[in-house]
Amino acid sequence: MTIREMQEVLDARFLYGEEMADLDVEFVFSADMMSDVLAYGSRCSVLITGLCNPQVVRTAEMLDIVCIIFVRGKMPDENMLALAVGKGIAILATEHYMFTACGILYEHGLRGGA
Amino acid sequence: MSQALTFRYEIDGDDFTRAGEASSSMKNKLKQLGLDSDVIRKVAIAMYEGEINMVIHADGGKITVTVSDTEITMVLSDTGPGIPDVEKAMQEGYSTARAEVRSLGFGAGMGLPNMKKYTDEMQIDTTVGRGTTITMKVYI
Repeated sequence: MTIREMQEVLDARFLYGEEMADLDVEFVFSADMMSDVLAYGSRCSVLITGLCNPQVVRTAEMLDIVCIIFVRGKMPDENMLALAVGKGIAILATEHYMFTACGILYEHGLRGGA
Repeated sequence: MSQALTFRYEIDGDDFTRAGEASSSMKNKLKQLGLDSDVIRKVAIAMYEGEINMVIHADGGKITVTVSDTEITMVLSDTGPGIPDVEKAMQEGYSTARAEVRSLGFGAGMGLPNMKKYTDEMQIDTTVGRGTTITMKVYI
């Protein structure tokens, strides 16, 4: 599934990285605890989270994650977006709750990587 | 490379939003050196967890990273409170972090276990009231 397809099925908005829309992704991790993302998400290239602070972008950077999807209508601020731009990480935002966002992506064939 | 390269970082303990800058910088340097991406990821995750720990628990510290032909060695030193019970601290889920830290996405009791998980060797030297030095190696 491409980042563009994820954006469409999640009714999400691109906050940054539309030029990466054609990147193909397979494994997704979802959590609000960045410690858990670091522990278990190392095979995944997409992070779904409702946590909204600069450490989300840093965590994604360490794991080579290419796209962060913020759920529950969370909006990263300018500093976070600037960090994502510097790291080349695409940012999507959706109003869906985390469970629903994960369910939709699972239904479309994405898996958790464990 | 025949001669080992050494990189030194001072970690500021005051600003949580800046925590991770040293690990980010190190990751970029390892990329420039053309190292394997799995090796780079392991170093980045372990160093980042250590850097976050320094900010959360020890008001900052120093990190020295040495890159040789065969391994990457990270030495993280702080003059913080020390770890009273290392065995407990190594258990997944055990945390002494404040609630405020948890609300930022850390303090789940995974930091030290993660550092061990992603490195090939790890040694903790700690004295309560004086500080902690953690040495980690990732083989290339």
